[in-house]
Amino acid sequence: MKNRAGDFLVRDKATGTWRESPEQVVRDDVEKHYWRHVINMIVKDWRLYVMLIPTILVFLFWRYLPMYELLGSFKVSDQVKSVADQYFAGFSYFKTLLVGTGTLTTEFWRAMRNTFLLSFYGLLFGFPMPILLALFFNEIRSNAARSVYQVLTYLPKFMSTVVMTSLVAMLVKQSSVTLGTQPGIISQLLADLGLISRETANAGLLNDPQFFRAIYQISGIWETAGYDSIVFFAAIIAISPTSYEAAQIDGAGKMAQMRYVVLPSILSTIVIMLITRIGSMLSIGYEKVLLLYNTNTYMTADVVSTFAQRYGLAGAQKGIASAAEMMNNVVGMLLVIGANTIARKASNVSLY
Amino acid sequence: MKRKLEISELIFKILSYTLLTVFALCCLYPFVYAVSASISGRHAVEYGEVVLYPKDVQFAAFNQMFNDNMFWNAYSNTLFLTIYGTIWALGVAILGAYALSKKRLLFRTFFNFFLVFTMWFAAGIVPQYLNYLATKSVFNSAGITDDKWLVVIAMGMAAMNIILLRNAFEGVPSEIEEAAIVDGATEFQVLSKVFIPMSKSTIATVALFFAISRWNGYFWARQMITNKNEHPLQVFIRLQLEQYTDSEFMAGWDKPYASDSVIYALIVCSIVPILIIYPFIQKYFAKGTNAGGVKE
Repeated sequence: MKNRAGDFLVRDKATGTWRESPEQVVRDDVEKHYWRHVINMIVKDWRLYVMLIPTILVFLFWRYLPMYELLGSFKVSDQVKSVADQYFAGFSYFKTLLVGTGTLTTEFWRAMRNTFLLSFYGLLFGFPMPILLALFFNEIRSNAARSVYQVLTYLPKFMSTVVMTSLVAMLVKQSSVTLGTQPGIISQLLADLGLISRETANAGLLNDPQFFRAIYQISGIWETAGYDSIVFFAAIIAISPTSYEAAQIDGAGKMAQMRYVVLPSILSTIVIMLITRIGSMLSIGYEKVLLLYNTNTYMTADVVSTFAQRYGLAGAQKGIASAAEMMNNVVGMLLVIGANTIARKASNVSLY
Repeated sequence: MKRKLEISELIFKILSYTLLTVFALCCLYPFVYAVSASISGRHAVEYGEVVLYPKDVQFAAFNQMFNDNMFWNAYSNTLFLTIYGTIWALGVAILGAYALSKKRLLFRTFFNFFLVFTMWFAAGIVPQYLNYLATKSVFNSAGITDDKWLVVIAMGMAAMNIILLRNAFEGVPSEIEEAAIVDGATEFQVLSKVFIPMSKSTIATVALFFAISRWNGYFWARQMITNKNEHPLQVFIRLQLEQYTDSEFMAGWDKPYASDSVIYALIVCSIVPILIIYPFIQKYFAKGTNAGGVKE
């Protein structure tokens, strides 16, 4: 019988007895000296491990050490003592936030609600826009004309959040009674069109909680729709022209082509982008909110991270702030992992 | 023979052109207005007479800004953060991604998870703030009092970028690496002579991502950089905006141009350099969104 690698015993031809196969000897050896083997591998490739050290250190110091500070959400906040020395407070902060009766509780739930709503409206209005743009780009046959349109729509993406919010703030700013100045140009145009009243325009749109969500979403679409359309446009131009021709021969009009050729071809891209978007629903960018909101608009604008920023950094209730953000981030993490699992099941493509 | 356009196609085409034109003009308008408002006269800006074209053209607002040393200071600080920050982050990321791309690396799954976990879960603002404060005191006691180095070294690393690079390195054929090793190349030479030249475009994309996040960085720079002279441009713009929309400050404004013009001029000046380099970086920008971290 031929000796196979899987056999762990072989018959010795000379004596007729069974003994361990050479492969099994090696396997035993590896098992017995596992750590020596590991060390040998590391010594042999020591350069690789040295290369990995900076990355490990950067992530350890500035991504994982902060997680240790999260212990602060279970301890009594103290300005002087380090987290390790603070007194244990149990789940009291979580209780205060979730089921308390004070303003902290109401503000926390308001922030949770706002976080969810800003993401949800972003999904509802912001998500379809890039797809529509990509479909429209596809209609333009001339490359030069399309490039012009594309560059114009990508343009806002090149501003930083600070510049974008400054521009928005200037465009809808309040008028000044003492100086007799007019409100920002967009407010003026909206008031001229009769969409908002003069008084609202004069008070400044960013000071009105009613308009915060709209401003947030519209500026979001303005900033990212063009740039986000790239990925959908790439999926659309990958469709073979023969597919359209076949559909045309079968008598498909434009709408039928959209329905039966374009949509199925870009569906997987749409699904993946949608799932990613849902996964990151709770990790809403705090910078933009922080730069756009003010005390007048907390009602609709305050999200969990700005809540944490206000109480933890500006105020000194670090325990409460970390507890609030930790809850938000844990739910967010579950969403990301869930979304990724669904994406993998749905399309055999894993995002991470 | 040219096929006749069907009526539904024609309607859709007209609709596409119209809506695209409207959207593109909406995208463009705020910029045009910003430029016009920055060079228009005081009365025209304050009384809403500027809608599209500049009126009573003046360049005093730009002049005021160009004569402001703090503005140039902020610009050079941003350049400092962008250049050193990108070099540092890219260097760390390339080395790490190279090691992670090797199948023979032990505990590879663990190291990958170590990175990916940071994309799922972040400690949050307050713990991060305490952490940076602690780092700052360590840096200060080590004699590094310029907080810009804290921003360069401690901030801006992103697991996503390392994964992008790792995927690119994994795509380099192993035969080429083996050939280099047979020729006597060391590990570092394999990286610098084979892997880096062969993944140039991904490296450019990742470098661009790092540079953009550095250029745009605001929140932590404002929290951590105490010395006003070391503030980057984004912090400078925000502080100016806060100052210029303050009603008391506005009431005391006695210049021949509107105070708004200064802010608009500042906005214009922060966008123009990016517009100038945009044509050169555009292709990498588009590439990055498609590459993603997607792996089959």
